Amino acid sequence: MTIEVRNLVKKFGSFAALDGVDLKVDNGELLALLGPSGSGKTTLLRIIAGLDWPDSGEVSFNGEDALAQGARERHVGFVFQHYALFRHMTVFENVAFGLRVQPRAVRKDEATIRARVKELLDLVQLDWLADRYPSQLSGGQRQRIALARALAIEPRILLLDEPFGALDAKVRKELRRWLRSLHHEINVTSIFVTHDQEEALEVANRVVVMDKGRIEQIGSPDDVYETPATAFVHGFIGESIELPVQVDGGVIRLGDRPLQLTAEGLVPGASKLFVRRHDMLVGPPGTGAFEGAVQHVRNFGPVQRAEVALSGGETIEIDAPRDKELRAGDTIGLNPRRYRIFAA
Amino acid sequence: MTMQIADTVSLSASDAKAREKARAHAAAARDNLRTEPRAVRIAIITLAIMFLTVFVVLPLVVVFAQAFSRGILAYLAALAEPEAMAAIKLTLIVAAISVGLNLVFGLVAAWAIAKFEFKGKTFLITLIDLPFSVSPVISGLVFVLLFGAQGYFGSWLRDHDIQILFAVPGIALATTFVTFPFVARALIPLMQEQGTQEEEAAISLGASGLQTFFRVTLPNIKWGVLYGVLLCNARAMGEFGAVSVVSGHIRGETNTMPLLVEILYNEYQFVAAFAIASLLAMLALITLIAKTVLERHLDEGEDASDH
Repeated sequence: MTIEVRNLVKKFGSFAALDGVDLKVDNGELLALLGPSGSGKTTLLRIIAGLDWPDSGEVSFNGEDALAQGARERHVGFVFQHYALFRHMTVFENVAFGLRVQPRAVRKDEATIRARVKELLDLVQLDWLADRYPSQLSGGQRQRIALARALAIEPRILLLDEPFGALDAKVRKELRRWLRSLHHEINVTSIFVTHDQEEALEVANRVVVMDKGRIEQIGSPDDVYETPATAFVHGFIGESIELPVQVDGGVIRLGDRPLQLTAEGLVPGASKLFVRRHDMLVGPPGTGAFEGAVQHVRNFGPVQRAEVALSGGETIEIDAPRDKELRAGDTIGLNPRRYRIFAA
Repeated sequence: MTMQIADTVSLSASDAKAREKARAHAAAARDNLRTEPRAVRIAIITLAIMFLTVFVVLPLVVVFAQAFSRGILAYLAALAEPEAMAAIKLTLIVAAISVGLNLVFGLVAAWAIAKFEFKGKTFLITLIDLPFSVSPVISGLVFVLLFGAQGYFGSWLRDHDIQILFAVPGIALATTFVTFPFVARALIPLMQEQGTQEEEAAISLGASGLQTFFRVTLPNIKWGVLYGVLLCNARAMGEFGAVSVVSGHIRGETNTMPLLVEILYNEYQFVAAFAIASLLAMLALITLIAKTVLERHLDEGEDASDH
């Protein structure tokens, strides 16, 4: 199933949750909608599911107008952030729900329903919980049951709203890996919403970065990390050093200080320079584009993180390898291995 | 609520530690509260029990003592009087009508308030409480003003030969008005807390509106519904003020049980008056017991949703 969204606009009062969104999702894709809260990603997901309606724009599934159908007819599996399991039903009945409410003409007989539910519970590896109630399950188990319930109706599309948002870090990591392999197995076109960049980059085939109701960039996890299209994406994905610079006459200045960086192809004016923390290479003073004094150094797993006061007055944090000798009080030169400049 | 937060936010080790600390604190605070001298504690408890005995238990005992003062046969004979039977029948009919109507209205109002956002919502919530804040006598008078011979619809009703005042419809209307808030009030907070996610899940799984209501919404609020119905029924059967204004006190026709109690008492028929009163008192006791059971179920439901 392909999904196409054209020029979608949705306003809540004067707040534009979606401000002209265009998106194409390929068949069998696992797509992440990534953005800060309030970026419109959940609204987009809910509109695709039919739980919300846009003010204008189009949504089509396989070229068919989806907005002409209600949520009930769209045949979309939706997994809610807080699971939304039916609290008065057992796990088994939760998963069976979608099969039991089918119109009588197409409803399967009891034996078939039971077999199908069993199959789904096996798929999410929780068949031993069939007789429990949702309140007796852990967060991770509830999330898997919610997924099994959504899959029971053999959805054409699977939508997941912050599927791991309410889980603790360890369970989240496990479920992430599990979701990716599950998607590989069932191969349903899937979209999941997250504000966690690591989650998006690790799980999805493609990542859609959203901010303020607009799409900032669509690309593979590598694309959005390596070649961010906008200042927002660079700042949002990965840890970045952000410096206000001035571009004029082929020279980039930080404050008064001209930087030894090429200004080729840049629009003159106020701009923002972005460098990844680990792309800032440390050298002796006098070498490199920047110079600064190390304020203090902490070890951070495989790297050491140093706070450096640049001679221009800004303070930045850089990541350097552990074997590099850095001490508070050192004056060092800094050279960005890679950097990007966006007009501010 | 705390449980929910604990569950949704990650349960890291430091969190757990902090919570343990808080719990220990709470336990210490509880013990501190129990440090009053024994004598003070006994005095307070005795005072509370004495108050309850004089103002609640004693009247209840007196009702039954008076009802049975001439023996059980006189008690049964008083209840078997045609007038008494008519009053019991009328009370049951009126309660059935008003509870039925309020069940539907209460569900609809609670549904609208809890599941939708619209302008004037706060106003509607305030309006639902109106019958509680207005004296029942005034509630009754409103209906006299509307449907009485000199009322707004009086002449039209007379022309079409429809009897509302001093008849079952008037009594049922007044009772319905007075008891309207019970079901709605029991359901609004419950439904608000439960939100709309389960309904959304049901619809996205292919359920129709009716299937969603009967399979998801109703099971989730059934204890709340029963709780509202119970209180609504108790008030409907016991309502005096509003009913007294619209009833007309036609003997054997428009007297409900509370009205008949007053009439019989004024006529010095104490056994008969207290016999009817004992039925109302019994209703109150049964209501109390049922209420306790239902509250336990409601708490359990909340616990389940919190985990």
